Amino acid sequence: METFWYIALTFMLIMYVILDGFDLGAGIIHFWAGKDEHERRIVLNAIGPYWDGNEVWLVAAGGTLYFAFPKLYASSFSGFYLPLILVLWVLILRALGIEFRHHLRHPMWKMFWDRTFSVGSLLLVIFLGAALGNIIRGVPLNEEGYFFVPLWTNFSPGEQPGVLDWFTLLFVAVAVSTLMVHGANFLAFKTAGELQHRAARIAGRAWWAMTASSVLALVAVNYVRPDFWLNLGERPAGLFFLILSIAAWWAMAFFNRKGEHFRAFLSSSAFIAGMGATTAWAHYPIMLYATTDPGRHLTIYNAASSAYGLKIGLMWWIPGMLLACGYFAFLFYVFRGKITSVPEDSGY
Amino acid sequence: METALTVHRLQFAFTITYHYLFPQLTMGLALLIVIMKALALRKNDEFYHRSARFWAKIFAINFAMGVVTGIPMEFQFGTNWARFSTFAGGIIGQTLAMEGVFAFFLESSFLGLFLFGEKRLGPRGHFLAALMVFIGSWLSGYFIIVTNAWMQHPVGYEIDAQGRVHLVDFWAFLLNPWAFWQYWHTMLGAVVTSSFVVAAVGAFYKLTGRNEIYADRFLRLGLMTAALASVLVAFPTGDMQGKNVARYQPVTLAAMEGLFETKEGAELILIGQPDMENLRIDNPIHIPKLLSFLTYHRWEAEVKGLDAFPREDWPDNIPLLYYAYHIMVGLGTIFIAVTALGLFLWWRKSLSHSRWYLWILMLSFPFPYIANTAGWLTAELGRQPWLVYGLLRTAEGASPEVSGGNALFTLIGFMGIYAALSLLFVFLVMREVMHGPDPVQQAAIPKDRS
Repeated sequence: METFWYIALTFMLIMYVILDGFDLGAGIIHFWAGKDEHERRIVLNAIGPYWDGNEVWLVAAGGTLYFAFPKLYASSFSGFYLPLILVLWVLILRALGIEFRHHLRHPMWKMFWDRTFSVGSLLLVIFLGAALGNIIRGVPLNEEGYFFVPLWTNFSPGEQPGVLDWFTLLFVAVAVSTLMVHGANFLAFKTAGELQHRAARIAGRAWWAMTASSVLALVAVNYVRPDFWLNLGERPAGLFFLILSIAAWWAMAFFNRKGEHFRAFLSSSAFIAGMGATTAWAHYPIMLYATTDPGRHLTIYNAASSAYGLKIGLMWWIPGMLLACGYFAFLFYVFRGKITSVPEDSGY
Repeated sequence: METALTVHRLQFAFTITYHYLFPQLTMGLALLIVIMKALALRKNDEFYHRSARFWAKIFAINFAMGVVTGIPMEFQFGTNWARFSTFAGGIIGQTLAMEGVFAFFLESSFLGLFLFGEKRLGPRGHFLAALMVFIGSWLSGYFIIVTNAWMQHPVGYEIDAQGRVHLVDFWAFLLNPWAFWQYWHTMLGAVVTSSFVVAAVGAFYKLTGRNEIYADRFLRLGLMTAALASVLVAFPTGDMQGKNVARYQPVTLAAMEGLFETKEGAELILIGQPDMENLRIDNPIHIPKLLSFLTYHRWEAEVKGLDAFPREDWPDNIPLLYYAYHIMVGLGTIFIAVTALGLFLWWRKSLSHSRWYLWILMLSFPFPYIANTAGWLTAELGRQPWLVYGLLRTAEGASPEVSGGNALFTLIGFMGIYAALSLLFVFLVMREVMHGPDPVQQAAIPKDRS
């Protein structure tokens, strides 16, 4: 039962990174892809109907984590106190950037909100990457299962690390470059003309950065968390996800060159899913790795809520998820097709 | 530790009070927009379509504010109240996760459709999208109320060896007797706020002589729902909610009413200041025996005063609790009077030229916000000193590893960001109101916003 919720949580987080990932990525490359006011508005309209729903995946994953593994929620949220509150502030600013842009017609303000949205997107992705790095590296859990990490200490992963060190910064690079590719793929498939060409070119270039940083990160894991690869070796079925990622990594570049942008977008989604699943597979059953003492790891067993609660959760989680997937399918169906022009005086 | 706790409490109080300014409008407005869309379809009235489009813009601004200030609430359970989350997360996490899975997905997907897809969906489809947004926001309200109700009156749980609570009866938890009346009381309070806002904008247009064709529609619709909701928020929902407090939190009732001594035939205090040094009400104006009657339907019934309970179980800020409660009840009474007067004028067909009344209506819209906020203050201060009533004290719920200095840093940051947000919000909403719905001559065809 705990394992089911571990998988469910992994699924929701991967969905979140794939879905919010494309609007975050589009936000990062907003200024490179959209050269003028009109094009930038197209970028925003391309993600307009989705971004809010995409963020709900984060909220729903948070809620699911809270009820299934309350101890983990409590420990990690209070331990990452400062970065999480900073994430909240960035979420606020970014949402306002996209939501309120069209309310202020003067070019000066449009520029201001565009910048806010772009910088906000970039910062959020930096935090997402740092979060992933921290989870892989581990945190200094105390006997009671709590911890507190400052934003940085001496920038090296040790027993008392900060949120940012060279290892987690490597994951920041992975996250930023991957989501740039992903967002560019989305834009290339949602738009046409000059904008599409530019987005496709960005996807092609960021792909190299993504490749380089991912390889570096995979190698670095060996030094910081040697057991990570050992776990994969012991449970080799997880290699399937790794192979999927590698195939998707190749397919991205292939479809990008052929100009099949929807397939390229699917490939970057598969890449994210594959990498996420590999990480979750190798980590299982540890949820939060203790750098202090192996006896203090928070695992799916000591962090879970009661068996009854977990069982009851199935009753609403499964139908709820099916409904949610249905809404998303419908939403994407209604707003299908390319966005080529934006009527004056409407939308973003 | 004492200071860290104070800062955690202040931060939560500040962020949640600010947050609730937005959902109370959107939850009520969602209903009013559905009514407008229904009227538009039923009467084939293009002006109602445009009214709905106009209010949808105000809705969207408020909704965005509600979302961005709402996410911090879920986060803070973990960041600032880690011990509470470890203790109770297995239970209240259920409803918080359900809110995400059932309500937020529904709301956000269909809001996207509602705002961007009027042309693609057609009039009926657009009505359905509005209906889904309404259902989503009211479902969301229910899950939050169930969460709060469990903290006010825990049911369906057991405590394990490590001192954590676990769910043993899901349906008892979901159908908590406390939640039922609290839910309708809260939702009707939200309808009061949005109705007053709609009516106030109508009054403003009437007084300034613009958008007359919309002014009448806003005035009538707003006044009608405001009158109905103002009555229902007091009877039966407010009354029943009060009876729940009397039954499950008698010490809270005593503090709310300012009743220091247990007595038979207790009086209802209308005005007066609690004096915590001498444990009495200064300058009281009261109605004899009414509190006994309202609580137990008997004039001579005994009502327990604060003296019947140990001092460490008294709410820790009795004067604020007392004022919050009296402000809520006082304003609620005024709303009934104001809306009844409006209905009377409408019936006499003099509503639209009674300028003095339109002024009252226009200026009255902030007061439902105050009343709703005061109502929540009553509920939350009344629960003190408990975080989960009778099970976990507030002092035992905060995060052990987060220092007061870090918490103060974020509290100040929230204050700064929310101050900037407020300026932006007021500016944007005022601009939409000044701009008004589509003028009558243009835009006969629905415009697609995408």
